[in-house]
Amino acid sequence: MTESDLHTQAAAIHDQFSDRLEITVADVEERLDTLVNEYQVPLDEARRSVTNTYLDEAGMERDQLSGGGGNEHVQVADVDAPEEWVDVTVKVVDLWEARSDAVAQVGLVGDESGTIKFTKWSKSELPELEAGGVYELRNVVTDEYQGQFSIKLNRTTVIEELEEDLEVGDDSVEVEGALVDIQSGSGLIKRCPEEECTRVLQNGRCSEHGEVEGEFDLRIKGVLDDGEAVTEVIFDQEATEALTGITLEEAQEMAMDALDTTVVADEMRGDLLGRYYRVTGPTFGRYVLADDCEELTGTVDAEATLIKARSI
Amino acid sequence: MSSAPTREVARRVFAREFNDATYTFKESDDERAPVYVLLPTGERANRVFVVGTLTETEDVGEDAEYWQGRVVDPNGDTFFMYAGQYQPDAAAMLRDLEPPAYVAVVGKPRTYETDEGEVNVSIRPESITEVTEAVRDRWVVETAERTLDRIEAFDAGEGGADPAAAPNEYAAMAAERYDLPVENYRRAAVDALESLEGEGTEADPAPADD
Repeated sequence: MTESDLHTQAAAIHDQFSDRLEITVADVEERLDTLVNEYQVPLDEARRSVTNTYLDEAGMERDQLSGGGGNEHVQVADVDAPEEWVDVTVKVVDLWEARSDAVAQVGLVGDESGTIKFTKWSKSELPELEAGGVYELRNVVTDEYQGQFSIKLNRTTVIEELEEDLEVGDDSVEVEGALVDIQSGSGLIKRCPEEECTRVLQNGRCSEHGEVEGEFDLRIKGVLDDGEAVTEVIFDQEATEALTGITLEEAQEMAMDALDTTVVADEMRGDLLGRYYRVTGPTFGRYVLADDCEELTGTVDAEATLIKARSI
Repeated sequence: MSSAPTREVARRVFAREFNDATYTFKESDDERAPVYVLLPTGERANRVFVVGTLTETEDVGEDAEYWQGRVVDPNGDTFFMYAGQYQPDAAAMLRDLEPPAYVAVVGKPRTYETDEGEVNVSIRPESITEVTEAVRDRWVVETAERTLDRIEAFDAGEGGADPAAAPNEYAAMAAERYDLPVENYRRAAVDALESLEGEGTEADPAPADD
C-alpha cells in the first residue's frame, strides 16, 4: 500500500463529505492510514469503515452518496483544470498500446462535446473497457500535461456499462494564418518498421530500435501564424499530398535524383511558406492534425478595416 | 495553453512603424534570451512577417556574399533585409529572384547603429518566398487590423488615470522610450488600405462613409 493510494482514497472520501462535514483530506488519510498500516485492514474495508464513520457523523444514509459521491457530471470538453473529481458518460473511441506495465489501459473516450485521453492504472484492478463500449465512469480524476487534459481512472472509480449508444462529438478546430515555418522532420521521412513503433528515424536510427531499414512516409510539421498566436499543424501523408500535389512516389523520385531527401522539404517550403491557409482537424497535444486544408486565395475586403481605421 | 514552449508570434507591421522601432531589449539577463524590438504602437517583436514588393537586390558583401533586399509596402516605405552565409536559403533567394516580385518574408528584427549614431532597423530573414498579389493584399488588410488593435490597446492604456487599471506594459514602455505619436501609424494603415481600395474595385465605387 503506497501513500499515494491512501491519498487518492482519502481525497475521494473527502469529496463525498466536504460539503457536509468540516474535515480535511489529511484527517481522512490519517484514519485510513491507521486502519491500513497499523491494523492491517484491507484498503476496501478501511474505506468502508471510514465512510461509515463519516455517514454517522453527517447523519446521512449510505444511499445518499451517489455512486462516486456528489461529483459533478461533466462533458469532457468542459474539463479545464487538473485534479478535479468528476463523473462522465463516455464512449471508448480508441484504445492505445500501453507503454508501461503500470498502465492497464490507455486511449481516447468521448461524449457529445468531444474526446479526451483516459488512463486506467493496473493497480486499480478495474474491469476492462471495450472499444466502442459506452460507460458511466464515476469518480475519475482529471489531469493536465502541457495544456492537454486527460482523465484517470483509479481504484475508487465505478464503471457502469450502459446499453445506449453515444454520438461522439467532433472536437476539431479551425485555424487560419500564414504558414511561417515548415519545421525539420518534414517532407520525405523514414519511419521505424517495427510493429507499433512508427518513430521517425534520425540518420537511419530509431531511438528505440537502433539502426533499421526505414519505411518512407510524407509529412509536414508546419506553423500557422495569424499575428496574434501560433498553431503547430501536422499534415500526414494524405494531407501533405493534397496540399503540395507531390505524391510519396514523386517525392522518392525527387530524393533519388538529388541523392538527398531534404530536397523534398525544400521544394515544399518554396511552394507553401508565406501563403495563408485555413486548416481544420482535431487537436493532439499542442498540434492540430490537418484533416482539411484550404489556401486562402480570395480577395479580401479592405472596406470594413478602412472604416475602422478612419474612426479611431 | 501557456504551458507549452512557445514560439514567438510573427508581428504584422508596416515599414513606417518597423523602421521607427529602434529600441531593443531583453526580458531576462540570460545570454540566450530573445532580443525584442519595441514597436512604437506598444508591442514587442522578436519575429515579423511581411509581404511586399521586392524592388532591388544587391550583394553588398566585401569578402563573402552578403545580400541586401529592399521590400516596399503599399505606402512606398521600405523594409531592408540582409542575408549572408548563416542564412543560406534566404541569401540564395535574394541571389536568384528577379525584381520586381511579390515576396513573403519571415524574419527577425535587427538593429544597427551607424557611425553617425543613427539606428537602422532591418530584417534577418528566416525564409523568403515568392507569392501572388492576392497574398500581398491579404497581408495589407491583416497588418492594418493588427496595427489598429495595437493602437486601440495603446490608447486604452493611456486613457486610464489609474496605472494599475490598464497594465499595457509595452505601450507604457513605448510612451517612455519614443516621442512618436501613434497617429502616424494609424495614417500608415489608412494609406495602405486606401491603396488597395484604389486598385481593383472599379465595380463598386467606394461609399462615402465619413
